[in-house]
Amino acid sequence: MGLPYWAMILFAIASMAIVGMVAERIVLRPVLGYPAFTVVMITIGLGYVLRGVVTMVPGWGTETYALRTPFSEGILKLGDVVLAVQQLAVIGMTALLCFVLYLFFRFSRIGIAMQATSQNQLAAYYMGIPVRRVNMMIWGLSAAVAAFAGILLAPVTFVHSNMGFIGLKAFPAAVVGGFGSVPGSIVGGLIIGLVEALAGFYLPEGFKDVAAYVVVLVVLLVWPSGIFGETVRKKV
Amino acid sequence: MRFIFKTAYLQDIRLFQHRGQVFWYGLLGLALLAAPWWASEYFMSQLHFICIYSIVGFGLMMLVGFTGQISLGHAAFLAVGAYTEALLQAAGVPFVVSIACAAAFSASVGVIVGLPALRLKGIYLAISTLAFNVIIEEIATRWESLTGGSGGKHVSAVSLFGWKLESDSEFYYLCLALTVLCCLACINLLRSPTGRAFVAIRDSEISASCMGVNLAKYKTLSFALSAALTGIGGALYAHKISFISPEQFTLLASIELVTIVIIGGVGFLHGAVLGAAFIIVLPQLISIAKDYLPSAVATTGLQGVVFGLVLIGLILFEPMGLYGRWLKIRTYFELFPFYRRGMFRRQKSYMKSERLR
Repeated sequence: MGLPYWAMILFAIASMAIVGMVAERIVLRPVLGYPAFTVVMITIGLGYVLRGVVTMVPGWGTETYALRTPFSEGILKLGDVVLAVQQLAVIGMTALLCFVLYLFFRFSRIGIAMQATSQNQLAAYYMGIPVRRVNMMIWGLSAAVAAFAGILLAPVTFVHSNMGFIGLKAFPAAVVGGFGSVPGSIVGGLIIGLVEALAGFYLPEGFKDVAAYVVVLVVLLVWPSGIFGETVRKKV
Repeated sequence: MRFIFKTAYLQDIRLFQHRGQVFWYGLLGLALLAAPWWASEYFMSQLHFICIYSIVGFGLMMLVGFTGQISLGHAAFLAVGAYTEALLQAAGVPFVVSIACAAAFSASVGVIVGLPALRLKGIYLAISTLAFNVIIEEIATRWESLTGGSGGKHVSAVSLFGWKLESDSEFYYLCLALTVLCCLACINLLRSPTGRAFVAIRDSEISASCMGVNLAKYKTLSFALSAALTGIGGALYAHKISFISPEQFTLLASIELVTIVIIGGVGFLHGAVLGAAFIIVLPQLISIAKDYLPSAVATTGLQGVVFGLVLIGLILFEPMGLYGRWLKIRTYFELFPFYRRGMFRRQKSYMKSERLR
């Protein structure tokens, strides 16, 4: 639409945050407090709907688009090492995002309230945390972060209506690190990414795609709630 | 309104609770037996699929609906059953043996998948079964000498005791017979101590283990039985499609299988059949409806939208699924002026602490 890149990023993130909050308000608030599986199935249904709607929007359809960024062509030479500026930008922005999220969850009141809600909704509610509003913010935040990831990914792959399935790769990253832990998800993402790259390099073809999932199975067998996830003992 | 006076303990586990049920199920059975005479060729093919998906639905219902374990990897068991059947048939093994092998092999894979389930709960279990599905799919793609890779594999018609079941109606009777057998097996299992143990685990693992239910044994058993049923479904599926390739057993297929259970109604065997019928009929209905819709809406995405909306709508407004809705409507008319809204609300206060996790 002719917007500059940075304005587009802000616009995409803001609009996705709103979409996330609206989705929470409409379909997820009624099942607040239900088992995780219910939520998972609802989001799967939501995924079906949104993907379908995208193909219906005239002009978007099922085609594939390329996204151009200011960094697309740049190449950085450090001695013998040649790096694409594109990838440096991705790394830099990810690091920045991690740092911001870490600060947010560590120091801001809302971030701490979010952690409390994730640990025990009922207790958080008793402590005066507005659980519903916090949940809505979490959905907005997570949609915004996912949108940011999508923007970083778009120039590397392409933009199409089925790119959402990359999200299935994000699950292993979150699980390996353990849900409810920001450092965990970074470590998880690193492990998944490294294992995948190494498996693609050293092992025969085909192992690359399953490496992430093999890692997930192994990690879950050893640590049932991820490496950094806290183990919860239920008392009777 | 019918009141059943209980005069014997065995009455509780009777197959049919009263005469009316015998009548209606008898009628349904007759209608299904007579299907080749009243159904068109196209509808027969749909009936095949409904039978096959019902069997898979029974398996998944056993696991999700009665044992309370989550699986996003049932397409993998479907694949294991289908490939076992295809390979054994190609090797000249008779159908009775090969379908038993398909079930047994699926069950043994199910035990392996069930092992993490002993320690995992909720979403972690879902992810581990999801991971398993991706791995099996990749194996099916890469092990070309065995599975034909992504080029796929052809499966010929069933031959039963030297009698080739080539026509639609012959294969239909085979599917129907197996569906009824699986259904009876499930009913029988669920009214036995094993089935009661499953339900106890679903309602509360802690109280089940306090009551002396061996969690590890019964969870593994549930996975194995569920996988075996899905394997049988997979074997029939291979014969029905007569061509199998790894693309049919992706994660999306698994999700579709889970939606059978959710749409039909979690915790009712009827739900498996209703859900299977719904999932088979919905695409047909949509393709009919497309003729009446403006072209902007009638795209390939329409099916996904409708599917997702139905899924979300059912979870939000009718967590008991289609069968639950039918139960409510029936109760409403049976009790006509006295039906109350809260009659079907679950009263399980001890679940509260578990719901918050």
